[in-house]
Amino acid sequence: MIELKKVTKSFGKQVVLDEINLNITPGSISAILGPNGSGKTTIIKSILGLVIPNSGEIYVDNQPTIHQWQYRSKIDYLPQIARFPENLTVKELLALVKDMRSQESSEDDLLKRFGLVESVDKKLRNLSGGTRQKVNIVITFMFDNPVLILDEPSSGLDPVSLLTLKDLVLEEKAKGKTILLTTHIMSLVENLADEVVFLLEGKVYFQGTKDEIISLTPASDLERSIAHLLSNSHQEQPVSANQMEESYE
Amino acid sequence: MNRTLKYTFYDLIRSWWCYAYFGFYFLTAGAILYLSGDANRAVASLMNIIIILSPLVGTLFATMYYYNSREFMELLLAQPVRRRSIFLGQYLGLAGSLSLSFLLGLIIPFIVLGFFGSEFGNFLMLSITGVLLTFIFSAIAYWIAIRHENRIVGFGIAIFTWLFLAVIYDGIFLLILILFEDYPLDKLTLGLTMLNPIDLSRILLMLKLDISALMGYTGAVFQKFFGTNAGITIAFGASALWILIPVMSFLRKAARKDF
Repeated sequence: MIELKKVTKSFGKQVVLDEINLNITPGSISAILGPNGSGKTTIIKSILGLVIPNSGEIYVDNQPTIHQWQYRSKIDYLPQIARFPENLTVKELLALVKDMRSQESSEDDLLKRFGLVESVDKKLRNLSGGTRQKVNIVITFMFDNPVLILDEPSSGLDPVSLLTLKDLVLEEKAKGKTILLTTHIMSLVENLADEVVFLLEGKVYFQGTKDEIISLTPASDLERSIAHLLSNSHQEQPVSANQMEESYE
Repeated sequence: MNRTLKYTFYDLIRSWWCYAYFGFYFLTAGAILYLSGDANRAVASLMNIIIILSPLVGTLFATMYYYNSREFMELLLAQPVRRRSIFLGQYLGLAGSLSLSFLLGLIIPFIVLGFFGSEFGNFLMLSITGVLLTFIFSAIAYWIAIRHENRIVGFGIAIFTWLFLAVIYDGIFLLILILFEDYPLDKLTLGLTMLNPIDLSRILLMLKLDISALMGYTGAVFQKFFGTNAGITIAFGASALWILIPVMSFLRKAARKDF
């Protein structure tokens, strides 16, 4: 469903993605993990066309995406930071996105689930950060498209909303959607992800299931395995990483 | 493009800035027209305010709006829409809402104080110049902002550009005229005027208003060289280029930029 071939992106001298090859399994939930600055957001933005890679190819649904825009009608995207035009109301913002996508949408149920029904006529500048994130989530989930990309979906959410979000993601997966998410919250990965992509210094360090990543390290749960990988990665260079990557291909 | 334009316009026309901008022109134009008995002098005073203030507000507003909507832009760019239409729509919505505030602030005092009929030509010229300057300077500021991720740098360069074109440029211009007064300077003067949209607007207004006493050297050269009508057409053409070039430049930059 989503395929990256030798994608390289650098910002100035800093190489953020270094000939990345990645194939996201259709109909699954894949979590992109990695330390800060490892290129998680850059991968997502490259798929969406927000960042234009220096070289390489990206395919969504077997169509090349670079310098294209129509393919984005298949992707629903949740950006990391929820900031909207200050003087629009929630209702107007939803109308704007619906207008831009010209697709069927079903936001009423989502607004209810996130307790936003009373806020629809409020101006966005008067909403708290968490509430804006809920609006952000509603915008993402109100359409029914085959790919869902979530960049740090949990930021600023209260525990109840976080649960609602988890339920939502699982419901979307049940519909057969391909879901890609980045997060620093390991419980989210444990509960949701089928597959883990671990990025390090611009390369795919590891791609596989949660059990596989746990079996690679002496730790017994995902959180500690990831921590183990992270702390080891600071000492080793990804030479061993490449070997590990190959062994999983 | 239309959709981004529509919502940018909705968003901005309700912002504090637009109300304040409207209020300023409403009060200033009202006070000047009411207090000075002579319509011609009132129009000349308004002209001086418009050619300095419209560029400044256009610059500040466009830079601020660009940086403020930076994160929202990411959501818009992830929609199945061309980049060009998003940026063009946003720019037009921005310059449009600012122009509307300005126009309303100007037209109401003209109508209420009974100058609309008698001074229609002058009113029209003031409005066109103000709107042109708003579009020109928001485009320049937008271009500067899109080229600089760092807001402080972006703001600094945008404000300096305004200061340069509004104040410093004329100083340098004058210095050149004095230093080289022994040489024929007509063509140089014309060239230098075309290179500054604020000077262009000033000349546009002076040619139309026929305020010969205020015309100064550049205005006189312009009129001598082209005559009033051709002068106005050429000044308009050059102003249009001043919109077109920054708009094309920021669209080009936007097409290649990483967000």
